[in-house]
Amino acid sequence: MMRKEHAKLNPKRLLQDNSVPLMFVVICLICLPLAGYSPSYLLNELVTRMGRNTFLILSLLIPIMAGMGLNFGMTLGAMAGEIALILVADWQIWGIPGIVLAMIVSIPISILLGVFCGNMLNKAKGREMITSYFISFFMNGVYQLVVLFMMGPIIPIMHATLKLPRGYGIRNTVSLLNMRQQLDNLLAINVGGVKIPVLTFLIIGVLCLVIIWFRRTKLGQDMRAVAQDMEVARDAGINVDRTRIIAIVMSTVMAGFGMIIYLQNLGNFPTYNAHVQIGTFSIAALLVGGASVEKASIGNAFLGVILFHMMFILAPETGTTITGDSMIGEYFRTFVSYGVITVALIMYETKKRMIKSQTGHLLALAQKEEEERAK
Amino acid sequence: MDRTDMEKTLENRDLMARFSFAARFGLPRTIIAGFVLLLFIMAPIVGADLTMQIGNVINRFSWNAVLVLAMVPMIHSGCSLNFGIPLGIIAGLLGGTLSIQLGFTGPVSFFMAILLATPFALLAGGGYGWLLNRIKGGEMMIATYVGLSSIAFMCMMWLLLPYTSPTMVWGLAGKGLRTTISLTGFYEKALANFLAIPIDPANGLYFPTGTILFFAVLALAVWAFFRTKTGTAMTAVGSNPLFARASGINVDRMRLLSVVMSTWLGAVGILVYQQGFGFMQLYMAPNNMTLPTVAAILIGGAAVNKASIAHVIIGTILYQSVVTLTPTVMTAMIHMDVSEVVRIIISNGMILYALTRKVKGGSK
Repeated sequence: MMRKEHAKLNPKRLLQDNSVPLMFVVICLICLPLAGYSPSYLLNELVTRMGRNTFLILSLLIPIMAGMGLNFGMTLGAMAGEIALILVADWQIWGIPGIVLAMIVSIPISILLGVFCGNMLNKAKGREMITSYFISFFMNGVYQLVVLFMMGPIIPIMHATLKLPRGYGIRNTVSLLNMRQQLDNLLAINVGGVKIPVLTFLIIGVLCLVIIWFRRTKLGQDMRAVAQDMEVARDAGINVDRTRIIAIVMSTVMAGFGMIIYLQNLGNFPTYNAHVQIGTFSIAALLVGGASVEKASIGNAFLGVILFHMMFILAPETGTTITGDSMIGEYFRTFVSYGVITVALIMYETKKRMIKSQTGHLLALAQKEEEERAK
Repeated sequence: MDRTDMEKTLENRDLMARFSFAARFGLPRTIIAGFVLLLFIMAPIVGADLTMQIGNVINRFSWNAVLVLAMVPMIHSGCSLNFGIPLGIIAGLLGGTLSIQLGFTGPVSFFMAILLATPFALLAGGGYGWLLNRIKGGEMMIATYVGLSSIAFMCMMWLLLPYTSPTMVWGLAGKGLRTTISLTGFYEKALANFLAIPIDPANGLYFPTGTILFFAVLALAVWAFFRTKTGTAMTAVGSNPLFARASGINVDRMRLLSVVMSTWLGAVGILVYQQGFGFMQLYMAPNNMTLPTVAAILIGGAAVNKASIAHVIIGTILYQSVVTLTPTVMTAMIHMDVSEVVRIIISNGMILYALTRKVKGGSK
């Protein structure tokens, strides 16, 4: 406890721990005048993007708590959400009932995918992140197989508007026009020209409460124990593999909900690549908020979504102002999102090594002491 | 429940023992080899021209083999699968674009490209190796993201670097490199045309003797290197770093050397690929090279910590056969073009299999 307080007071340490968010604040401050957007436009965009993305980012927290690192497999949940939306769109159930039904339909698909992902990750302990990264690619292939070839002949799709002209498979874009921003507009209030989607924020708030509550449950404590040390947790009678699978399943289901919230805001989605970048951007946003591979809080998620998306809004326009080429800004934000993940991963690995060598050092010291005492 | 599981495992083991070929050859490799065999058998039945298909496989093999070879040094030294191969590819692209920019043409431009790419490859490989030495154990994830961020960084650079050659920059703006640059007149088929043997000249199909020879020379060099003292030391580092350190080998230096080698081979590999393909692809394109390369060596029977030249050759042939034959054969059979899906599932499935494998070490 003492050490923790001491760390908080140490300004150098504070700066070091928050270097990534600070860097982003600086980037945003530089871009702000160059982009030349009006404050009300910026705020509007930012609030929209917060409502759209926060749920997805929050879905990453539980696997981190269980010591499984950044869950690149959250894409699986996104795919489940998309499949659910396609089915609901085909059943012509629109508006809020449609969204709720899509969420319900996505649950079994997410659980199935989550169990698969969790089992794979249990076979690859110690390299969960790279494995989940490739699971998302692998599942993308399976998703294409299902949506492009099985929807129509095997999974009944009634409406021709959804299908490709050849009679099977889903078109490249699925329109959710009748569902568009239904969730955001219900209970929305207007403050000085800025539309605030109260209901969406309420749902996000409820999820935050659920996460806080979950941390205190037996299962939540088990997850933390597993994260600390798998062997010790196993000796304490925790079913490690099962706990880890549950963590991934929870994350996948949440990501599915998150994707449905995300897509109802956009109003349509590219069927075959809506989910491709979701993992990268969500993870980058969480890391920008100051999270690391082994520690992430709800605060990190909120700060991250604000800073990361601020950069996302500003970068293209700034790039155009500086170089006269709009593509520069586009590439810049891709570079930054990959770069942030790279830096976070490097920091995590070096820290892990440092702690390891420190423990080794301490052990050696203790041994020496003991030897001297024996003399 | 447990008993049935155990019985099942035993039964499986029995099966595996009975089909000892499969056991020795590795189950997924056997499945994929069987699949390829089936494709070759089906090809004439569905009306595809077998000679042409085989010719295509040979050509594609010659384009990709060097890139796959670039995996070997890093796997040997225990740096696991080189997901950071985009770094080498970028060095190759810099070499290629510079060679054209400086006005070299014909086959000379190919060798100039290799020469010009070398300093970039050494520099990038050195930095990359230094980084990987600091994060031992987490190489694969970090390599992936180093690759991705360097690709995104170079995307900006391709737009900003002051290239002026009219064959490479956008015609209208006069600056910024094009996404695809045709290599006609430069090093298109620079190697392939050397001693080319016609297979089906009417369709422009030749046996790329030069490219195959070039690969053979490089493969032989890598093979010979692993029989020198330094090469043996590198293998020792990969199989048991503690033992290697105890016997006085500088582990970090060996790993660094292997990364530099892999990066340079990656740079040469992409140039070989381009001379066969006839186009240079910039921007996000290097990203599409990682997966096929890693998947190919794994299909060949390599593991996260074991690889040989044989794995490279077998893997590239099998992978390229799948890529070449599935579109024609599968489309003719079921009237659906599932080739892309098959490719994605096979390559990623292979990587997942390698990552989740409990047994250490590859097949023979």
